[in-house]
Amino acid sequence: MDNAKLIIDQVGKVFPTKAGEMVALDQTSFSIKDGEFVTILGPSGCGKSTILRIVAGLEQPSSGRVLLDGKEVKEPGPDRGMVFQSYTLYPWLTVEDNISFGLELKGVPKKQRLETAQHYLNLIGLKGFEKHYPVQLSGGMKQRVAIARALANDPKILLMDEPFGALDAQTRTIMQEILLKVWEESRKTILFITHDVEEAIFLGDSVYVMTARPGRLKKNIKVPLDRPREFSVKQSPEFLDLKNELLGLIREETLKVV
Amino acid sequence: MFSKLFTPNKEIPRSIYIAAGIASFVAFIGFWSVLSYGGLVNPLFLPAPDIIWKTAINQFIDGEILSDIGISFSRVALGFFFAALVGVPLGMLMGSLRIMEGAFEPIIGFIRYMPASAFIPLFILWIGLGEAEKMAVIFFGTFFQLTLMVMDVTKNIQNDLIEVSYTLGASKGQIFRKVILPASLPGIVDTLRITFGWAWTYLVVAEIVGATSGLGFMIMQASRFLKPEKIIVGIIIIGLLGMIIDLLFKVLYRASFSWMRKEG
Ligand SMILES: Nc1ncnc2c1ncn2[C@@H]1O[C@H](COP(=O)(O)OP(=O)(O)OP(=O)(O)O)[C@@H](O)[C@H]1O
Ligand SMILES: [Mg+2]
Repeated sequence: MDNAKLIIDQVGKVFPTKAGEMVALDQTSFSIKDGEFVTILGPSGCGKSTILRIVAGLEQPSSGRVLLDGKEVKEPGPDRGMVFQSYTLYPWLTVEDNISFGLELKGVPKKQRLETAQHYLNLIGLKGFEKHYPVQLSGGMKQRVAIARALANDPKILLMDEPFGALDAQTRTIMQEILLKVWEESRKTILFITHDVEEAIFLGDSVYVMTARPGRLKKNIKVPLDRPREFSVKQSPEFLDLKNELLGLIREETLKVV
Repeated sequence: MFSKLFTPNKEIPRSIYIAAGIASFVAFIGFWSVLSYGGLVNPLFLPAPDIIWKTAINQFIDGEILSDIGISFSRVALGFFFAALVGVPLGMLMGSLRIMEGAFEPIIGFIRYMPASAFIPLFILWIGLGEAEKMAVIFFGTFFQLTLMVMDVTKNIQNDLIEVSYTLGASKGQIFRKVILPASLPGIVDTLRITFGWAWTYLVVAEIVGATSGLGFMIMQASRFLKPEKIIVGIIIIGLLGMIIDLLFKVLYRASFSWMRKEG
């Protein structure tokens, strides 16, 4: 655990509901290394978003704690960037102002802000769109800008909650490739949630599979694929074997809840 | 072609849209003309359109109507201005802070059902017969609704938008200034447009008692001297003023919030 960037230490979450207490997340522990890309895979309602929200500081754990670079997470902060499944760009700001919003909050001078925005615009392949408003962008473009906005803050870790979940299948695969490219360049630590098996394998260094609710870590699988990965890797025997194994695991869990 | 016009939610050509609006006006005036020129109603109750037109022209030439318009407008505008000045920030706070909602929602929800007109004797008792009393009626008539509507606007901001702002490092103050305020601004302008319309409807009520000028006063005078054509001119002027302000709000809205439209 020495070189761990993020440590999830015995974190559990219980929600009070009208029908009594609801255990959303069983005590869960794992850690993520610096620069690692971890994907979490689990059936619907197993507590994936809950984990991420606790790491982000948007939700308090009922037990346990989260450590980022050895410091306990108490509240949301710019060192943990987040990308949601829903579109969360500020509709009244242009693309470049959206990307540099975090820097503006910090009081970074305008010139420097726009330079940073330009850098990330290039990275996500949206050069020329700096003056556009979110309403003029497609869903995939919006999510790319949301990623750029989180990265422009230079966070220690990037948290992504099914960021491509609302996109069509074609756009989705393109977005995965773009995200990998961005990751190759920035080498950010990423915690990425999905319930798409292919996405989890294609993106991750490791895939963490969760059990059905109350969620717990079921299995941690290393992805045996070289980097940088191309689209074609999805046809390789290693990929397909892993996909079958994961589909089996997820199916087992999903059967418990339906 | 014809069936398309009556398909729910279907866009229709702009020209037909506008023509439909004009047609309603023409039908309205036509119906009125039939009633009065056809001798179906007593002109003492409903003067003919041309009488109204002549009365209006004469009143504008005479000039007194202009000062009535001015004084009425300033009463409505100022009364409404103070209602917005307090109501908008209060509504925003109520929409974003549960404690403020808990504190103010019940009492505002209670007072808003009290009729503003019934408070006039009290206002006269408390603040006399001056301008402040007229504005107080307008204020009372709009403030409570306005505040609750602004609260709803602010409440409806997508929660993810606020949460993502926290993860970008926003402080509570920044959340208010840089997220909640701009996000609710279009809804607030729209609320102001609607409630300003209501402010006009309280004008006559405000000017019934103890006024010596204004459109409401003019209407009451005309009623006393049985001059229905003057009453109708007054009513039409109030309607037109309301419509013009409404239009100005719409223009302001379109100009300020171009980011809401795809064509930019
Ligand atoms: N604020 C809350 N109050 C009560 N229950 C909640 C709350 N938030 C989440 N839950 C419940 O906790 C469980 C886990 O929720 P969570 O959103 O983490 O699941 P998830 O794995 O992200 O699901 P999905 O794949 O549908 O996004 C769900 O059963 C959900 O209904
Ligand atoms: Mg979720």
